[in-house]
Amino acid sequence: MATTQTKTAARFMMSPAILLLLGWMIIPLSMTIWFSFQRYNLLMPGTEEWAGWLNYRYFLTDPAFFSAMANTLLLVGGVLFVTVVGGVLFGLLLDQAIYGQGIVRILVIAPFFVMPTVSALVWKNMFMNPVNGLFAWIAKLFGFAPFDFLAHAPLFSVTMIVAWSWLPFATLILLTALQSLDSEQKEAAEMDGAGPVSVFIYITLPHLARAITVVVLIETIFLLSVFAEILVTTNGGPGYDSTNLTYLVYSQALLTFDVGGASAGGIIAVILANIVAVFLVRIVGKNLES
Amino acid sequence: MGHITLKNVSKAFGETVVIPGLDLEINEGEFVVFVGPSGCGKSTLLRLIAGLEDISGGAINIAGQDMTNVGPAKRGLSMVFQSYALYPHMSVRKNIAFPLKMAGESQEVIDKKIADASRVLNLTDYLDRKPGQLSGGQRQRVAIGRAIVRSPQAFLFDEPLSNLDAALRVNMRLEISELHQQLKTTMIYVTHDQVEAMTMADKIVVLHAGRVEQVGSPLELYHKPQNRFVAGFIGSPAMNFFEGDLAKEYDCHAIGVRPEHLRLSTDEGKWEGTVGIAEHLGSDTFVHIDVPGQHSVLVRVPGDIAVKYGDKVFMTPDADTMHRFDGKGLHL
Ligand SMILES: Nc1ncnc2c1ncn2[C@@H]1O[C@H](COP(=O)(O)OP(=O)(O)OP(=O)(O)O)[C@@H](O)[C@H]1O
Ligand SMILES: [Mg+2]
Repeated sequence: MATTQTKTAARFMMSPAILLLLGWMIIPLSMTIWFSFQRYNLLMPGTEEWAGWLNYRYFLTDPAFFSAMANTLLLVGGVLFVTVVGGVLFGLLLDQAIYGQGIVRILVIAPFFVMPTVSALVWKNMFMNPVNGLFAWIAKLFGFAPFDFLAHAPLFSVTMIVAWSWLPFATLILLTALQSLDSEQKEAAEMDGAGPVSVFIYITLPHLARAITVVVLIETIFLLSVFAEILVTTNGGPGYDSTNLTYLVYSQALLTFDVGGASAGGIIAVILANIVAVFLVRIVGKNLES
Repeated sequence: MGHITLKNVSKAFGETVVIPGLDLEINEGEFVVFVGPSGCGKSTLLRLIAGLEDISGGAINIAGQDMTNVGPAKRGLSMVFQSYALYPHMSVRKNIAFPLKMAGESQEVIDKKIADASRVLNLTDYLDRKPGQLSGGQRQRVAIGRAIVRSPQAFLFDEPLSNLDAALRVNMRLEISELHQQLKTTMIYVTHDQVEAMTMADKIVVLHAGRVEQVGSPLELYHKPQNRFVAGFIGSPAMNFFEGDLAKEYDCHAIGVRPEHLRLSTDEGKWEGTVGIAEHLGSDTFVHIDVPGQHSVLVRVPGDIAVKYGDKVFMTPDADTMHRFDGKGLHL
């Protein structure tokens, strides 16, 4: 039982960590906020001055902002869809007693350990390359013209690459959830006349609901800031077709050296991420409660 | 209808043979209890009948049809699991409705059957709760409700009361017996508690290491055990066995006398011993007596008796109720 005394002691003990974390967060955040109200371009040193809401107005009315926002949502949604559906399927597969189970599990988990830049490079050069890539080779084998994924379907390609590296995470979480399903429940459903599909829909899927929410929550946090895969493969292009918010902020800051504008973009991204987080935490909270 | 026949049914998990080959006849409407020590294969046998495990050999016949290779859903049996196996995300109503929904019944029929079942089982007030919000006994009743709405050929129960406290267990025991009287459906009930077996069964099947030791009515098993295992397993407290010289006198390897069939006296009797612990239950007294060269002997004395630790006492067996066993443990 938590007495008043243990609570006070606990607070006291935790305070250094909390203060450290707070400082860690507050200092960069307030600096970003400060910069976002400045006219501050690295190409014109010495001209810094208070800019009011100008940076925000500039960022929010930029047509690139809206396509970046749409791209961010499409990217996050697409990866979530692929990883959750794929994760459930892989989980079901790996839950079976199959020959060489240990090795198969390691193979499935492996992509998670490949760095984003590396996996993006591998996909770009070895799979999606219209001349030397594996997909081009397969297309030619069947007599089709090779498809230049990164030029014609840039966002889709990035989605696939990111989904590939997040699939193991989803699979792992969902597999452990599957393994915790009481086998007597499945047997009871079987005796009640449910076939494999009904067992999946009425027993397995509801059991997985929590795990799926956890996967969605954690992945969303990371997917809102996908960057390396875009930088390595498409550079946000063609045009703004594969530019998400993170990449837009980057291109503001480092391609046009506009620190003020980039900071404003960063703050907007933080606000958007928080809106998403509030929604998610509500849904998750509801799902995790019962 | 509801008649189940097992012919030479055997089961092995890989190398381990759990049931070496077993014949059993279960009649329509009978309440059959499988009883035996832990690990003797009761659950396995029940799961074989249910179709949840494949049998390694032999045949299972239910209601006149060969069901050996038929899936669990098509055998027309309902099972109540030890863990109840309720679906945690569904309300009580949906839990009970699940088998009907799977069978494609119309909503009208489902509503009616749920109403009937919940009235019989006193669940009407809980229909909209989730299983997590119910007590153990209520969960048990939901599991039974889910089993009865299908009107099965037979019910299978696997230790359904082992998660309940003692008082509730006695209650549920009565309720299940009551239900059997109302429905008149065949029931197969697994337990390791011989009191449950004695009180509920029409027919008890005593299992030991996957083999049937004896089949019979509770009193048959009590009065005429075919071997030493059944004699020691059925009856509470358990039968006393005497070996060596005491048994030789009766021309056998061992004699068995139930605690209630030994007469205790402080001044004269056939066998002599010293009093160990005496357990006073009010209605009875269980006296543990040390007899030289024997295991501790338990005597059940009605009411109270004035003996204390270390007293010398005498016991006399009742010749009519004494059981004699040969070297192989068979009843003579
Ligand atoms: N899947 C399995 N694989 C291997 N052995 C098994 C398996 N299931 C059960 N057994 C073995 O079969 C034997 C009988 O098991 P079973 O569950 O039928 O016992 P039981 O009589 O129900 O015992 P209890 O009263 O403890 O529930 C045990 O020795 C057990 O170890
Ligand atoms: Mg068992």
